[in-house]
Amino acid sequence: MKNNLSLHTITRIAVFIILSFSLYLLFAGHNNPGGGFIGALMAASAIVLLYVSFDLKTIKSVLPFYYPYFIATGLILAMGTGVSSVLFGYPFLTQFFKYATLPILGEVELTTALVFDIGVFIVVIGVALLIITTIAEDDA
Amino acid sequence: MSNFLTLPILLPMFIGTILIFLAKKHRIQRVIAGISSIALLIVAIYLAYAVYQSPDQIITLEVGDWSAPFGIVLVADMFATMMVILSSIVGAVCLFFAFKTIHSDREKFYFYPFYFYLLTGVNGAFLTGDIFNLFVFFEVMLISSYVLIVHGGTGYQLRESFKYVVMNMVASAFFLVALAYLYATTGTLNMAHLGERVAELGQEGILNGVAIIFLFVFGAKGALFPLYFWLPKSYYGPPAAISALFGGLLTKVGIYAIIRTFTLIFVHNPSFTHTIILYLAAGTMFFGVLGAVSQFDFKRILSFHIISQVGYMAMGLGVFSPLAIAGAIYYIAHHIIVKSALFLFAGATEKITGTTDLKKMGGLLKTHPWLGWLFFISAMSLAGIPPLSGFFSKFALILSAVQEQEYFIVAVALIVGVLTLFSMMKIFMYAFWREPTIKEEDINKKEMFGLLRPIIPLVVLTIGLGFLAEPIFTYSLGVADQILDPTNYIQAVLGK
Repeated sequence: MKNNLSLHTITRIAVFIILSFSLYLLFAGHNNPGGGFIGALMAASAIVLLYVSFDLKTIKSVLPFYYPYFIATGLILAMGTGVSSVLFGYPFLTQFFKYATLPILGEVELTTALVFDIGVFIVVIGVALLIITTIAEDDA
Repeated sequence: MSNFLTLPILLPMFIGTILIFLAKKHRIQRVIAGISSIALLIVAIYLAYAVYQSPDQIITLEVGDWSAPFGIVLVADMFATMMVILSSIVGAVCLFFAFKTIHSDREKFYFYPFYFYLLTGVNGAFLTGDIFNLFVFFEVMLISSYVLIVHGGTGYQLRESFKYVVMNMVASAFFLVALAYLYATTGTLNMAHLGERVAELGQEGILNGVAIIFLFVFGAKGALFPLYFWLPKSYYGPPAAISALFGGLLTKVGIYAIIRTFTLIFVHNPSFTHTIILYLAAGTMFFGVLGAVSQFDFKRILSFHIISQVGYMAMGLGVFSPLAIAGAIYYIAHHIIVKSALFLFAGATEKITGTTDLKKMGGLLKTHPWLGWLFFISAMSLAGIPPLSGFFSKFALILSAVQEQEYFIVAVALIVGVLTLFSMMKIFMYAFWREPTIKEEDINKKEMFGLLRPIIPLVVLTIGLGFLAEPIFTYSLGVADQILDPTNYIQAVLGK
């Protein structure tokens, strides 16, 4: 696989398409099909595609992340969203939303559930990649 | 509405997550873990006090501001808060014991985060008022327990925990099936709402079937006869701090779930369901203690005793009178404390002698008198010798069974009591009497007191539970009255 030029070229393009679709899914969630979990699985699959078409070492030098920290960061973000409603005197996990007009994007719905979903996104990416890289490294 | 209710769930979850960041620094981990386990205990006690002081003695929280039958509710009644206190006590004690005994290699591989996630799951299971949420918290607890039970990865652990995982996976699958049936028949998953709907529908036909599936599921997790076979071997593998935590807590979450569902939801046909529970209890007690009598290993004897004692708790529910339920609740408190203490003693003797095989030990009373006598107190408490806590709980259970004229279960309970005493004395005679196997110069007094220090609070508690039987039993009767009258619970949640 080392010098598989067509695979490398297609991967480079496909990864960006998959990653942007995964982000689309993340933002579409909450009211439409999609969400943090499914978006993250897709993003993880894009990164796994990188691992498969290049090799473990190369990608590790490009993405020098320690995945367990992803899990912890995401959890704290998700929990923090839940706790933030407590600080304002509402029950735990109460969500708030507001319609706002942003430049470029136009009218969008800003919700605290999105922050929660981003937390989930980070956790799931961390878990999926941690599992896959652990199994992959076991071979070597 | 009281957000305070989420703290016993959120605090361990938050600490567990923080500890992931600090996984490689075991000293800081210990400090944070130790402080927060004590903070958790204080939170639990305060919550129980707040619930006791509140007008209905129930506090509820509608999570996410979604009103009751639709969203998830957290419900703290006296039973739930008592269980949260017990889990926090055992959680703190086993943690401090782990500091002394867990190898630092294990500490570096996420031992503490999963320890706290386990407590998250346990506390969540106690506090939730939604049966699907109960499933979720069961899974949180079980997944953490899978990690902790294989943690260290010795061959024995891997082999036995495989069975543990498979058993629990099967039970969880059935749990999900039972939830689906329940939702299809009643159209709700809120426990209070379920209680109301099942009463309206009448508990016959399919609902009886669903009740039995729930009994199967919780029975498998709580080690009821004939589903206890996974327990003795899988609790033998992990280090003592983990065995003690599991032995004290995990099966009791299953029992808690049985008591909760069969006092709140499936209460309308006790001549069917509670009779089955009664016979299962008899089988659990009897076969569990037979297993214990046949063993010659410290930890294995204790594991089999977990089974036989789960039988006593189920017996209280099977007899189904206020006194019996109070007895069962008192028994749960007594059992969680004493069983964890005994497992920790097993860990301490293992650390001193290097084995858990009773035939290879001996004379510890001469070389380690403190260990011997503290063990003796806990063992006698477990066997039900007055004035220790085991006596009063068994007395209440047997008295209530006599009152309800269930003489069969009385006979079984008494025989099991004698056999329990026999196997506890066997441990004492083999490990603590006879000629010492350790040389005088090998005794490390300082190390031993380090090991004993975390256990002493549990021994003091079992003595306290015995001498303060009057007020504690009054409290248990209060808990029993509350859970035997589900209208309270239903009104507090649905607000009618």
